[in-house]
Amino acid sequence: MVPLSWYLILSAVLFSLGVFGFLLKRNIITIFMSIELMLNAVNLSFVAFANYWNMHPRVLADGQAIVPLSGHVFVFFVMVVAAAEAAVGLAIIISVFRTRETLNVDRVNLLKL
Amino acid sequence: MVHQILFIVFGLICVAGAVNLLIQKHPINSALSLVVVMASLALIYLLLGAEFVAAIQIIVYAGAIMVLFVFVIMLLNAGSEEHTTGSRMALMVGVPGIIILGGTVAWMLVRGSAGLGGVTIGATDFGETHQIARLLFKDFLLPFEVTSVLILIAIMGAVVLGKREG
Repeated sequence: MVPLSWYLILSAVLFSLGVFGFLLKRNIITIFMSIELMLNAVNLSFVAFANYWNMHPRVLADGQAIVPLSGHVFVFFVMVVAAAEAAVGLAIIISVFRTRETLNVDRVNLLKL
Repeated sequence: MVHQILFIVFGLICVAGAVNLLIQKHPINSALSLVVVMASLALIYLLLGAEFVAAIQIIVYAGAIMVLFVFVIMLLNAGSEEHTTGSRMALMVGVPGIIILGGTVAWMLVRGSAGLGGVTIGATDFGETHQIARLLFKDFLLPFEVTSVLILIAIMGAVVLGKREG
């Protein structure tokens, strides 16, 4: 038996590392990968809570029971949105590289070419 | 006991991969570390009994999305990242900020975890594909259809952005 807080702490550590990379890295592709890392960290806490509510069923104040599997469905939706985001984001990166010839975000600081 | 050992092993692999993502200079090395993070997260999902989620984590994330990343890195022939003056400012403000953020969240979880119970290795009748499918196509039917429209828009957007002008 592993305490739920271990999973949440692992999730928080991964999320913090993702924010860290987002702030520190200068390469636009690595920044994008840090965003994916943050999405994964949130998915981990969704799945951990789904298992937790399965083990500890509870009825809400308005009489509705918590459906633990909703956590898995939310992870599914997060993955769909992440896939859509990756497709559009990488297309934007390619078009930025075509016009600026650089992947460094510090050199992409003007709207005007 | 087995659960704890497996969690610690895969959790450490996860954190090591994430740290390696940050310290590597070349984006291809970062991409491969991210694959390690996603694969070990899939194993942690299996520990939680989420078989379907573990499978789509491998197929969609470690498979499709990371292949797209590696493809773009290869296509753009991206070199090692160069350091500019803006990143020192981010270093000075970012590092303490993230340490405070992580420390606060971990402290809150440790302090408030008395009210939270434990998580056991998933029961065999939880997280199976047919249960998720029933939920997805009954209760979450409208969001599911909306995501298909979202994917269509994303494909069209990618095609329009990727089209060479002129």
